[in-house]
Amino acid sequence: MEKEALIPEIGIVTDIRIDTPDVRTFRVVTPDGKKPFVHIPGQCAMLSIPGVGEALFSITSSPTNTEFMEFSIKKCGCVTSFLHSIEPGQYVTIRGPYGNGFPVESAFKGKDMLFVAGGIGLAPLRSVINYCRHYRENYGKIDIVYGSRSMQDLVDYNEIVEEWCKEDGISVHLTIDREQPEWDGHVGFVPNFVKELQFDTNKTAVLCGPPIMIKFTLAGLQEMGFKKDQIYTTLEMRMKCGIGKCGRCNLGDKFICKDGPVFRFDQLEELPDEY
Amino acid sequence: MKSISLSNLPELLSAIAAKEALYLPVDTKEGAEYKAYAEGDSLSLACNTNRSAKDFFFPQVEDMAAFKVEGKKIEIIDVRKETEDFVIFGARACDVKSFEVLDRVFLADPVDTFYKNRREHSTVVALACSAPEETCFCSSFGIDAAEPQGDVSAWIAEGRMFFKPNTQKGETLLSALSALLEESDGAAVEKAKEETRTIMGQLPLQNLPTEHFKPEKLMEHFNDPKWKELSQACIGCGTCTFVCPTCQCFDIRDFDTGNGIQRYRCWDSCMYSDFTQMAADQPRHTQLERFRQRFMHKLVYYPANNEGLFGCVGCGRCLAKCPISMNIAKVMKALGGDK
Repeated sequence: MEKEALIPEIGIVTDIRIDTPDVRTFRVVTPDGKKPFVHIPGQCAMLSIPGVGEALFSITSSPTNTEFMEFSIKKCGCVTSFLHSIEPGQYVTIRGPYGNGFPVESAFKGKDMLFVAGGIGLAPLRSVINYCRHYRENYGKIDIVYGSRSMQDLVDYNEIVEEWCKEDGISVHLTIDREQPEWDGHVGFVPNFVKELQFDTNKTAVLCGPPIMIKFTLAGLQEMGFKKDQIYTTLEMRMKCGIGKCGRCNLGDKFICKDGPVFRFDQLEELPDEY
Repeated sequence: MKSISLSNLPELLSAIAAKEALYLPVDTKEGAEYKAYAEGDSLSLACNTNRSAKDFFFPQVEDMAAFKVEGKKIEIIDVRKETEDFVIFGARACDVKSFEVLDRVFLADPVDTFYKNRREHSTVVALACSAPEETCFCSSFGIDAAEPQGDVSAWIAEGRMFFKPNTQKGETLLSALSALLEESDGAAVEKAKEETRTIMGQLPLQNLPTEHFKPEKLMEHFNDPKWKELSQACIGCGTCTFVCPTCQCFDIRDFDTGNGIQRYRCWDSCMYSDFTQMAADQPRHTQLERFRQRFMHKLVYYPANNEGLFGCVGCGRCLAKCPISMNIAKVMKALGGDK
């Protein structure tokens, strides 16, 4: 019988990194040790534990990683809680890739980039950031603003400090919500920090984080002079199929799983604000 | 055109059932329902069935895959089976049109193999309506109840049933039954069509306004203040979505059988609050938003993606079944500018 998109494949979790008190990063390969499938930054995959449920996650690793796939997952519901209880060697099911992904080979090419993330919102952006780092010559100056509740809540702090911060042409701006004795960096919310930093308006901005962060960061960037067609985000909605059929993530004449999850803000302006 | 005397129809049904699985509407105490043919069943002449015909291609519940879980290991079992050939005998024009609406969802890339398999194995004999009801409004969407599509079109006139094949599958079915069928001219059928159209023309919901539901009016309709009043009495029971021939939203769930995990899909409804509920929040907080989603999808979102084809076929089931008497006809009138 021909291939059915809704029937998944087996994936094996070979490594689990504890990033924060409620975020772990899962490394997934196929039973023969390969990367499950090819994707572009911003695309997603359906992971499931049979008997627990299936849910859509953005792929955190960059497509330039050809050996495995990584998912940074925050513990917040049924499937994610279960995933936080597993150990390496655990089988999962995987299917995908789903969604449009970021226009890394078109609109982003040659642009100075500004990435703004809050909390677990870094998960989908990490894929693009590392893609841009890999093909460094294709992109201009890169600024990354990343904030979370506390220093312990910054996801994969190691890579940020040991790799991103040390690279030429990349400026990393970290912030945490409240003062901490061991933190000598910026303290304050992401939207205010972005305003303080005052970025050049020729940049292409990509936002991902809690809705409240997106709302105020978007407003701040617009005040600075950014146009809506320069600002991208990636949306989240409940999904069951991932292929535009189950109806759950319908937003106007779009399906987030298929036509998104990446949208430009001028595109979102023409859609109902039910997201 | 082929025909058979209505008194010989039982023989015809019996002959089809001898060849392949046959489903047809029959009268029950609660009204007409589709069922698998059993010897002696007679075709219901009711205007339409309580449940739509979508079950044949998109059943209310169906298994998608099975899993064996052992410790950390999982095995995936493909439980799909090739469907047997079957005939749906007596589907009305609206339900036949609904298959086209569903096709554009399930047969779009990537194709839904469960649905496609059933579609490929089916032959649809569509029966023209003789007695359309007050709740019927297929003509508002350009559907002619007197000229149903399908693999075979059929009409009842002057004590006979007439058949015209429209597809290769239809030809095959009729030629297998040729010993029972007589060659006829279409004069009686033409008369029956005119009668049906005359009745349709007198029904109250024949010309609902559709011209307003253009893609460019998406935000205007979405933001229409009338949604508040329209949705006020909706109790979110989801009956409309379950009887609707075109509602295709589904859920995918797992069930522990005690001997492995069965993954199945089942109908779901955008009228339910947990349809879009996520761990942290949800985008549609009130019944207004859920109600609006259902009608916007049928009248604006779906047509915008399907060359203007509406996601409603005017079968009238939701009009007959809604416990608060709210329905798409009222929504169309309100949004279409009918004061």
